Amino acid sequence: MKLKFVALALASALSVNAQAQTEIQWWHSMTAVNGEWVNDLAKEFNAKQKEYKIVPTFKGSYDESMTAAIAAFRAGNAPNILQVFEVGTATMMASKGAIVPVGKVMKDAGYKFDPKAYVSAVAGYYTAPSGEMLSFPFNSSTTIFYINKDAFKAAGLDASKPPATWPEVTLAAAKLKASGHKCPLTIAWQGWTQLESFSAWHNVEFATKSNGLAGLDARLKVDSPLHERHIENLANMAKQGLFVYKGRANVPEASFVSGECAMITTSAGFYGNVAKNAKFGYSLATLPYYPDVEGAPQNTVIGGASLWVMSGKKSAEYKGVAAFFDFISSPEVQSASHKRTGYLPITTAAYQLTEKSGFYKEKPGTDIAVQQMIRKVTDKSRGIRLGNYVQIRQVEDEELEQVWSGKKTPKEALQAIVKRGNEHLERFQKANKS
Amino acid sequence: MVERNSFLTFLAHAIMILGVAVVAFPLYLAFVASTHTAQEIVQAPMPLLPGGHMWETYSKALIGGGAGAGSTAPVAHMMWVSLVTALVITFGKITISLMSAFAIVYFRFPFKGFFFWAIFITLMLPVEVRIGPTYKVVADLGMLNTYAGLTIPLIASATATFLFRQFFMSVPDELTEAARMDGASPMRFFIDILLPLSKTSIAALFVIQFIYGWNQYLWPLLATTSEDMYPVVVGIKMMVAGGDSQNEWNVVMATALLAMLPPAAVVILMQKWFVKGLVDTEK
Amino acid sequence: MEKRVQFRSTWLPWLLIAPQVIVIGVFFFWPAAQAVLQSFQVQDAFGMSTEWVGVQNFQELFQNDSYLASFKTTAQFSILVAVLGIGLSLILAIFADRILKGAVVYKTLLIVPYAVAPAVAGVLWIFMFSPSLGVVAYALGHLGFEWNHLLNEGHGMTLIVMAAVWKQISYNFLFFLAGLQSIPKSLIEAAAIDGAKAWRRFWTIQFPLLSPTTFFLLVINMVYAFFDTFAIVDATTHGGPGQATSILVYKAYYDGFKAMDLGGSAAQSVVLMTIVIALTVIQFRFVEKKVNY
Repeated sequence: MKLKFVALALASALSVNAQAQTEIQWWHSMTAVNGEWVNDLAKEFNAKQKEYKIVPTFKGSYDESMTAAIAAFRAGNAPNILQVFEVGTATMMASKGAIVPVGKVMKDAGYKFDPKAYVSAVAGYYTAPSGEMLSFPFNSSTTIFYINKDAFKAAGLDASKPPATWPEVTLAAAKLKASGHKCPLTIAWQGWTQLESFSAWHNVEFATKSNGLAGLDARLKVDSPLHERHIENLANMAKQGLFVYKGRANVPEASFVSGECAMITTSAGFYGNVAKNAKFGYSLATLPYYPDVEGAPQNTVIGGASLWVMSGKKSAEYKGVAAFFDFISSPEVQSASHKRTGYLPITTAAYQLTEKSGFYKEKPGTDIAVQQMIRKVTDKSRGIRLGNYVQIRQVEDEELEQVWSGKKTPKEALQAIVKRGNEHLERFQKANKS
Repeated sequence: MVERNSFLTFLAHAIMILGVAVVAFPLYLAFVASTHTAQEIVQAPMPLLPGGHMWETYSKALIGGGAGAGSTAPVAHMMWVSLVTALVITFGKITISLMSAFAIVYFRFPFKGFFFWAIFITLMLPVEVRIGPTYKVVADLGMLNTYAGLTIPLIASATATFLFRQFFMSVPDELTEAARMDGASPMRFFIDILLPLSKTSIAALFVIQFIYGWNQYLWPLLATTSEDMYPVVVGIKMMVAGGDSQNEWNVVMATALLAMLPPAAVVILMQKWFVKGLVDTEK
Repeated sequence: MEKRVQFRSTWLPWLLIAPQVIVIGVFFFWPAAQAVLQSFQVQDAFGMSTEWVGVQNFQELFQNDSYLASFKTTAQFSILVAVLGIGLSLILAIFADRILKGAVVYKTLLIVPYAVAPAVAGVLWIFMFSPSLGVVAYALGHLGFEWNHLLNEGHGMTLIVMAAVWKQISYNFLFFLAGLQSIPKSLIEAAAIDGAKAWRRFWTIQFPLLSPTTFFLLVINMVYAFFDTFAIVDATTHGGPGQATSILVYKAYYDGFKAMDLGGSAAQSVVLMTIVIALTVIQFRFVEKKVNY
């Protein structure tokens, strides 16, 4: 009897040792094919080594998983890694002590962490003014331009030369309309494409303090003459039926894929949908710009999400997190992910590896997004980090809609955006005082 | 109903058909959408008649688009979790509400008014608003990732109590008097007389609460820590691409309709109980 | 409102009421109190720095033009949803009650929409009315009516009212039917024998006897319109065009869940809660008097 007991105790002790794998909880919001991508990354990493085990858990959409993480953190059981969308960056950063900067995690675990290896426009978004990288870019996309080649041909336009500037876009739209096309141009993610990315693309301020990167007292600057000029242009196009508003967020994308609208500005991530579902010839192009603005085109800002490391966990777990981040930033893994999902590669090495493999030649247009980003950034184009940003995006939507429906002038709307947006920024500043 | 008025009967059918057509049309559309390919749906306007891709879409929905679909938990297990959760919530809520409503309507006790309003106020602040603090309470009690944690917090609202209170108020006093004169104890009255009378209300509430429990999304998402305690509604969300990726509308509709089958079955089954209850209460 | 005849017992009512009181004490009042507390604080999302600001959150709310405009939008929306929801389902229930043939089919088809999850319901309506690919929008276009809920505020409000009412019709129908079917047939037959036509029978017997159910549904529909319609707005108009469909509950949930502004969201919830409690008290004080028990 005693022997049995001892044997059992020994067996359990041994099995505990054998299972001394450190588990790392990773909460994400990737569904369908992207969800498979996440699970495969975890599987690969777990298969390569036995010390750590990454456990990815789908926790709903970006805002749902953030709510879950906040609740869990307040109850003392946050995950190790949390995927947070780009508009939540300021919230994550400003919560003092809730997160551990990625740069610190890597350094503490003994990894050589060179921020310069990362594409500056991508990593810059997630970097503190001090240069320390706060979160790990994971799935990043940017704003580009798509055109319907068949519609162009039918309107007598040269489908192999997509309009590169806004004046050219207006001309093309007029020709499309003249040839009977009901929706020459539409816009998705209007705040992101027409105000934020627009500002960076033209190297003008979207907000003060380097668009918020340099301090919580940043305030919006979208009522500038250039912004007003652009929204005025779009408003006129709307009046003439050249630009048709098709909804908020990515809802307008459906009207491009169906062939209804001939041109659209939206995320690079839309490519997969177009490739699969469009029944017409299409082309990817760089975002249009105003040629008379000095410094344009500069670079565009990213969308998507990054991985944040939560505080308050065991030190062995942090080592595991560092090992995982090192794994997914290797050029091979990066390049494979980029090819699979369409999200941007975050290191220049990964970009070069993809180029060498001939991927961009095979699938023309897939490198447009990278080309827009792989430039030296300026203080005005490094990225945007503003608090309460989700609400500010909604303000942008509400005010711009009133311009498209003719209720407000562009000037009124932009001033309203600045006024209401700044109220949100003030609130955020107050709530996150050091 | 009582007289054979053929005009009224015709009118009744006409109105019912109109009502059903309007109310069921969106569901019909969902079904049609699930039988086409994603491309066909996106080319406006979508055809109004079912297409030929039904098997393709539904097997995709059940088995998953590729190797290793978004969720690691098999659909069958998720349905089981949903079933247990929905049933526990339903039975739990109906039971405690019957007892509370009985106490409030048929007894006089100190602070009765206070308790009535306390229970009633739970209608005024839905789960979503207090979800953060509720999570903390559940976590502190060690109930995360358990069936108890999934169900008990959702029992804390007064819909059922309110309904039963309304119903009990309308029960004739003569019945109560007769019971008291017969020397029956309150519980006797409750079980032998009140409950049978309440059959239709209980049946209606059963349907409502079952569906309420079945369709829960946000709370299970927060209150579970591993994907194998996810109910089926969460599983659906996982298969639906959002944000940048494409939305496969046909698969979305198919999975939504599949997830709707058990609640729909409950509705159909309870129909029979309705009729039975009606026959029983004919005195 | 109290019953004339009641039971007497010192301990039984406490025992009966205990389970519910315990559950709501632990899982409602405790968390709700904390949520209310948050409305008096300003804190970052993770609760790392908390500052007590008294009524400042509330002051900021009432100085905000968008928030004040939302009151009018919400009133419009709630009245439409409650009236249409109850009215239409009552009509359907009355006629469903009359039918003998095919009753089960009609009733099932009318109740099944309730089984649709709210998020999916919103998606279905967008599907039908999307100016680009919606079949109904397309049909309306052919009839010469330009449907565009993206830019036309009236269309936006119509869309969310329709979607909200659609979800509730099943719920109301179910309870009205249960109420109608629990009216003893003998009463109806007696009236018919007395020569009362269907219309009269409805107003003198069925409607009064339905009044407890109607009152129940009035309160429930009001609570629904004020609190549970967030998912529908979120799936369809997102509060647009402009702010035309930005109802109070949408703003509250948006701030809490999408924007992680917990203090502001809690303050808005407290305001909403106060409104609904006030409306309920009014209903109990004045409307319940007319209810026949």
